[in-house]
Amino acid sequence: MATYRELLAQVKSEIDEVDAVRARELIETGDPVIVDIREQDEWDEGHIADAIHIPRGNLESRVETAAPDRSRTVLLYCAAGNRSAFAAKTLQELGYDEPLSLSGGFTEGQLKLLASKVLLIGAGGLGSPASLYLAAAGIGRLGIVDADVVDESNLQRQIVHSTERLGEPKVESAKRTIEALNPDVDVVAYQERLTSENVDRILADGWDVIVDGADNFPTRYLVNDASVWHDIPVVHGSIYRFEGQVTVLKPGDGPCYRCLFPTPPPPELAPSCAEGGVLGVLPGIVGSLQASEALKLALGIGEPLVGRLLLFDALTTEFNEVLIRRDPKCPVCGEHPTITEYVDYVEFCAGTREPA
Amino acid sequence: MSVIRIPPTLRADVGGARNVEAEGATVRDLLDDLMSRFPSLREQLVEDGDVAPFVNVYVEGEDVRTRDGLDTEVRPGSTVILLPAMAGG
Repeated sequence: MATYRELLAQVKSEIDEVDAVRARELIETGDPVIVDIREQDEWDEGHIADAIHIPRGNLESRVETAAPDRSRTVLLYCAAGNRSAFAAKTLQELGYDEPLSLSGGFTEGQLKLLASKVLLIGAGGLGSPASLYLAAAGIGRLGIVDADVVDESNLQRQIVHSTERLGEPKVESAKRTIEALNPDVDVVAYQERLTSENVDRILADGWDVIVDGADNFPTRYLVNDASVWHDIPVVHGSIYRFEGQVTVLKPGDGPCYRCLFPTPPPPELAPSCAEGGVLGVLPGIVGSLQASEALKLALGIGEPLVGRLLLFDALTTEFNEVLIRRDPKCPVCGEHPTITEYVDYVEFCAGTREPA
Repeated sequence: MSVIRIPPTLRADVGGARNVEAEGATVRDLLDDLMSRFPSLREQLVEDGDVAPFVNVYVEGEDVRTRDGLDTEVRPGSTVILLPAMAGG
């Protein structure tokens, strides 16, 4: 007499399973018949768009009507991949050529994430944790823009890199780490500094969310203006010494960066980068918050930090929040914009700049 | 008396303090009091007689630009946050 576990293991050894990435590829071809074998209430909470619903209990009696062609691939799914394994076994016995079970089951979020494309500006202190968590979560495509190479002084906080990558372009180093963590992520590396010349080309590659982890004002303003004109939400994070700021700038829905700060400070008033060292773990916290906001935006869940600026102080371990509003007089997203093309601001801390 | 929270980028101008107490019924009075004691703050906070475009001033969690600007009233005991743009990453 077999236990449930033994029976499940036996059945899984006799059928073919596919993972979520392969399932998505199959679904995109439009070839397979997709059968959701969960109960009505599970189906009602969300299901794959082109699926048909046959609860497991009705499978044998109804599948022949739903999928009369036994040579066609049938992709079966449930919540965890166990019921669908038994269902695949049943279809084998009914003479279907290629019943497949979705291993791990269906979670709507996972498929949404796989279809999501996130662009990271900077593979530095903020980009490191953000890229790692987004990759681990299963984001489909991750773009990374950074012109710099890995330096020893980066490693106290830029945890996507390592000592063996010293001198390597950061985008390549990040790509290798991310692919080792999750080979299913399609990493697009842009080894260039974001400028008014290339920003439209990079954004035209199609991104759902931008995670801004830049380390300088010119890039921050470029990202903001481009995001407004391309209508892409930005998860903004910035750090200085022991403190960080996080917000979500969602065009049309909340303020843009210029609603908060219409222009950058003149170079002579910008805090010197040389004196602006940061507590290494600080970008870990702020960048992780950015990853969390980016995932929420990609999944369409929760309440993103739109219209709220979160302030974190590592020394006192305090989070504070201030309200931020759209400014009708904003030079970029206001009613009568005065800035309609990219502005190349003077590079601050030229020469001594510590890249993101 | 109100407490003005000094951001890390401006702490060098106030001798390293995180919070400075200041007197005044409006944001203008408060900042004047602050800047009279720490004059190097003026160019960091004010431009053309208004709050500089690269700084935000919050009273009780609200941007004074969306209220009455420098004329925004500050009740005694309020916390005022100065927040300059920060670009580090």
